[in-house]
Amino acid sequence: MKPLPLYASLVVGLAILAAAPLYGDNYVVRTAAIVAMYGALATSWNFIGGFTGYPSFSTAAFFGLGAYVGALCQRSGVPMVVAWAIASVAVAAFAALLGGILLRLRGHYFAIGSIAVVELCRLIVSSWSSLTGGGDGLNLPLVQGTPEDLMRFFLMVMLVILAASLLVTILVDRSRLGFGLRCIHQNEDAAAMVGVNTTAYKVAAYTLSAVFCAAAGATYASWTGYIDPTDSFQIVLTVKVVVMALLGGAGTILGPAIGAAAFVLLEEVFWANFIDWNRAILGLVIVVLIFFLPGGLLSLRRRLMPGGAA
Amino acid sequence: MAIYLQTLVNGLMLGALYACLAVGFSLVWGVLNVINMLHGSFIILGGYLTYFAWHAYGIHPVIMLPVVAALMFALGFALQRGLINKVVSAPVLTTLTLTFGLDMILYNAMTYFFTATPRRITLDLGAISLGPITLPVDRLLGTGLALLLTLLLYAVMRGSSIGRAIVAVRMDRMAAELMGIRTDRIYAITFGIGALMAGAAGVVFATIFPITTNVTGIWLGKAFVVCVVGGLGSVPGALVGGLVLGLVESFAGHWFGPQQAMTAGFLLMLVLLLTRPTGLVGVKGYE
Repeated sequence: MKPLPLYASLVVGLAILAAAPLYGDNYVVRTAAIVAMYGALATSWNFIGGFTGYPSFSTAAFFGLGAYVGALCQRSGVPMVVAWAIASVAVAAFAALLGGILLRLRGHYFAIGSIAVVELCRLIVSSWSSLTGGGDGLNLPLVQGTPEDLMRFFLMVMLVILAASLLVTILVDRSRLGFGLRCIHQNEDAAAMVGVNTTAYKVAAYTLSAVFCAAAGATYASWTGYIDPTDSFQIVLTVKVVVMALLGGAGTILGPAIGAAAFVLLEEVFWANFIDWNRAILGLVIVVLIFFLPGGLLSLRRRLMPGGAA
Repeated sequence: MAIYLQTLVNGLMLGALYACLAVGFSLVWGVLNVINMLHGSFIILGGYLTYFAWHAYGIHPVIMLPVVAALMFALGFALQRGLINKVVSAPVLTTLTLTFGLDMILYNAMTYFFTATPRRITLDLGAISLGPITLPVDRLLGTGLALLLTLLLYAVMRGSSIGRAIVAVRMDRMAAELMGIRTDRIYAITFGIGALMAGAAGVVFATIFPITTNVTGIWLGKAFVVCVVGGLGSVPGALVGGLVLGLVESFAGHWFGPQQAMTAGFLLMLVLLLTRPTGLVGVKGYE
């Protein structure tokens, strides 16, 4: 995408979400905050899954660990915003370490390994009851304010995380790092041969894919005021984020966030109208997506407007 | 000493069940290069069919076994023929996401029609004692069936022309095609066999474990671990992987508490992924 339309659509998109309190009730504001949160998660995944082409399914691990680190900090008296920052840094460090080990695997084995990380985190958090409260979960200090004010506040925080992740995406896309990651995507051995430090690049992408997830997770924990292992480390969450990115267009700048918005809106409609069958309908969306829209929503533009900038 | 012997026997019995559970998943992964996220739900579907046949019509699980096997094979064959074959050579992200989507549909349908209430067939066969160890007969029967099924699959893979064709496709798809093997059909048959083995494992499990949609993810996780530990796409690999996982879980549960049994399984898998991705009995280049 050319710079100008890109920045324009970016600003318009964020503005629509930020203006939710002006045109909608609390439910709309909540939905906008959820869109922003998933937008940040999908944009994060894009670093490793879209640019680099590694089928990572560890999003839920980063999200859940972020939630737990943030919650534990807040419970020991650290101010909320500082707790979020600590959670982001801690999980980023964890991801860098983990990436150094896990990214030696490729393809199916990397996919399975990254899923195993989510399961392991869940199992460890639920059995380490002295620290994490185990299966009973943790309560967080309540944030003071009316429901409307709180919802607006958390919408803004999620928007900041989303905007930051998009900004970093744009920077990476234009930098040596983004170029190297795309090389790895196309042919890792060839990239290594021409001098791309593949290990360092992959670890950087993996770490970037963790940091915003952790921030979103920590924010989510403060927002809901309660977390437990089953809810924080869900394989479904991981796959949902991947589907969002694929839906919008993996490897593009705005695609994952657009996919997240489309997915969340669809999900809200299904939840409201087909309470018994919402999971099956989401499954159906996935199947249809794989067969009829393999390039994501952004590829439609190319198909509808031959010769249009892509 | 007696407690260790008991733990060992428990682990071996559990391991045989795990081998039976995972061998279909391993075959599909090895031959089609597809991580089949439906596998856990296939097992539970087999379990439900068995439970309702027993509960409503009094049909014994052993008699239900061939029926469930035939139904599951048909389901798997149709799914592969109709849907998965179209994207079978796409990257792992696509095939994994597709089978996950299909799993969401099957999971939702099962939860809707059968509800998530845990159900179990109690055969009440008592237990036998061998010196210091006790063996519940229903578990022994399940273990025997699981081993029998796994060995049967081994015989089919070694002895039948279909089995040889599957192995040929696994070794070299292109060469197999040039030899006149219709790979599309072999893929569909392999996926059918994968579903069949999952369903058969479900029949066995219905007599031992509670059947509910809540545990599909747990069984799928076991299949992951067994595959990585044993090596992909071969029956002996799944058998070794299953027995190792059974023993590790059994002893970890004994030493660190039942909560840690699963953690130990996943840790074992991660370590093996990083040190020996071909699995304990896998062949290099077959991963």
